[in-house]
Amino acid sequence: MGRFLLRRLLFAFVLIAVASSSALLLARLAPGDITAQLGPFAPRAEVENTRARFDLDRSPIAQWWLWVQRASRFDFGDSFLYNRPVGPLVAGAAVNTALLGIVSLAFATLVGISLGIFTGARSSGVLPSLVRGVSLACVSMPPLLTSLVFVFIAARTGWLPAGGMVSSTSIDPSWSTWVVDVLWHLPLPALALALPIAATFERLQSQTMSEAVHQPFVLAAVARGVGRRRLILRHAWPVSVRPICAVYGLAIGALLSGSFIVEFVTAWPGLGRLMLDALRARDVYLVAACAATGASFLALGTTVGDLLLAVADPTVREQ
Amino acid sequence: MKFAGWALLLTVAVAALLAPWLAPNSPNRRFDDLLYAPPTRIHFFQDGLRAPFVHTLRVASRRERRFEVVESTRITLRWFTDGALVTARPDEGAPLLLLGADGYGRDIWSRLLHGARTTLALSLAATLLATLLGTAVGGIAGYAGGWLDAILSRVSEFVLVLPAIYVALALRAVLPLVLPAPTVFLLLLVIFALLGWPIVARGVRAIVLAERERDYAVAAHAVGASDLRVLTRHLLPASRGYLRTQATLLLPAFILAEATLSYVGLGFPDTTPTWGTMLQDASNVALLGDAPWTLAPAAAIFAVVLGVNLLAQGTGRAPVQLEP
Repeated sequence: MGRFLLRRLLFAFVLIAVASSSALLLARLAPGDITAQLGPFAPRAEVENTRARFDLDRSPIAQWWLWVQRASRFDFGDSFLYNRPVGPLVAGAAVNTALLGIVSLAFATLVGISLGIFTGARSSGVLPSLVRGVSLACVSMPPLLTSLVFVFIAARTGWLPAGGMVSSTSIDPSWSTWVVDVLWHLPLPALALALPIAATFERLQSQTMSEAVHQPFVLAAVARGVGRRRLILRHAWPVSVRPICAVYGLAIGALLSGSFIVEFVTAWPGLGRLMLDALRARDVYLVAACAATGASFLALGTTVGDLLLAVADPTVREQ
Repeated sequence: MKFAGWALLLTVAVAALLAPWLAPNSPNRRFDDLLYAPPTRIHFFQDGLRAPFVHTLRVASRRERRFEVVESTRITLRWFTDGALVTARPDEGAPLLLLGADGYGRDIWSRLLHGARTTLALSLAATLLATLLGTAVGGIAGYAGGWLDAILSRVSEFVLVLPAIYVALALRAVLPLVLPAPTVFLLLLVIFALLGWPIVARGVRAIVLAERERDYAVAAHAVGASDLRVLTRHLLPASRGYLRTQATLLLPAFILAEATLSYVGLGFPDTTPTWGTMLQDASNVALLGDAPWTLAPAAAIFAVVLGVNLLAQGTGRAPVQLEP
């Protein structure tokens, strides 16, 4: 266990270092730089000053080395776009993305797996067929489409706010009204992100469940007189859930990819939007910090996925 | 199920192939008086049954985007003229807008048909390229083994865990933001192929690794077949079924990737109709509620992805689709 975590920590460190360094160098080597934001008629001195402030007057390698030295002291540089240190900026966006991601994943897991058990354990019937049909439609509706459709419905009916994380009316709200406001804005993007993933979980769980109920050990349990509910939940399910734990790590990547577009469509102030703006403006240090945060989410997610797999599958634990 | 999938995909393919003929208007023609105009209604009755005709639309309020139907006008649809299946009279301000108009007053139905060509050509080409690349890498890794296998496998595992959209975004965003359409096509093709190959490679490697030990492969070796021949003529055909399944995963993913990148403004320029660039019109929440027809490309994407999923459904074990 200790060695596993140590290896994971090492992997996370390498992933973060590679992702942020390559993001920094890519943004630096891209045509055009930050000073384009100053406009075409900016005085020469101001352009030179800005270039010096963001170390653009050094060679890319020298700039990278300087950034590594500073980052080791937890100084990640300034953002030109927001004129602030990138640390708190990215931390705020990361919290928003994490909130969206965790709520969506929890919803997708709960709904997807319980519906999958339901449809997998029954071969026919009106309700299972209905669930299967809805799930097939949802799996064909990636987050880009779900979020657009939900925003359209919200704009048309006004049931939920169509975008953003807080209403613009509450400028200086108390803590409790802020929480209520966020909770009011959360369901739309969270559902848009969760539905396709829930449908994927449902399909996978349904498949493995329908295979599991035909295993000899289930038949043996039937012969011993085990009740139906216990048969499915205690005997068949623990076996059938393993393949899902195996794709859980990959689901984190899908969640991050999906949250980018959901954040964009629903104006959720998360990491995706920040990274896109930073990339387009060539805001080098902001790009690097966003990439580092995304990479750490990914490392954390795959580790959790592997731990889940170890819990569900004893053969993995022994390796 | 499988039949429905084929029917959906064939319809879309035929529509894309015949786009110039099926489209009533030129995809980039702007009808300046008809911004966000609703779909044109086709009528059959006015004082008795008549050949299908439309009424002209008049702007009632430009600011509220309200239109009035001028009931006194009657424009009979013209069939098989001007190289199109059916049109109205676009030159006299009465175009046939089957799915309404977008923010520049362009015909959404015509753009949808033309956009299908670019979007589908790109995704199909990217699927082909990624599959070829993945098969080559996976085949070599599985057949050669040793350090080569180790390196190739680590690389593909690394690419596999990355969130694809972010990588595509980063790779695209660091190039000049405005590029001509053919350059964008090639660029996205390469980016998509680079992101898609590892999924294919991993499976092909496992298949080649297992098949290599089978008697028929050993026999081929024994009669003096070269490594290349054994790999390409004997081992890789075993992965055919697997490749077909993977292609059904990659195609929707690439359609979505194009749509996503174009939607956020990093894909094709607006003058090139693709399903992604068309969706930009739906990005204005205030207008979206009043002009649901701007969501037409979303419906088209849904139809194709559903068609592919229905096909995959028919071939036994449904594949797991995670990346958007």
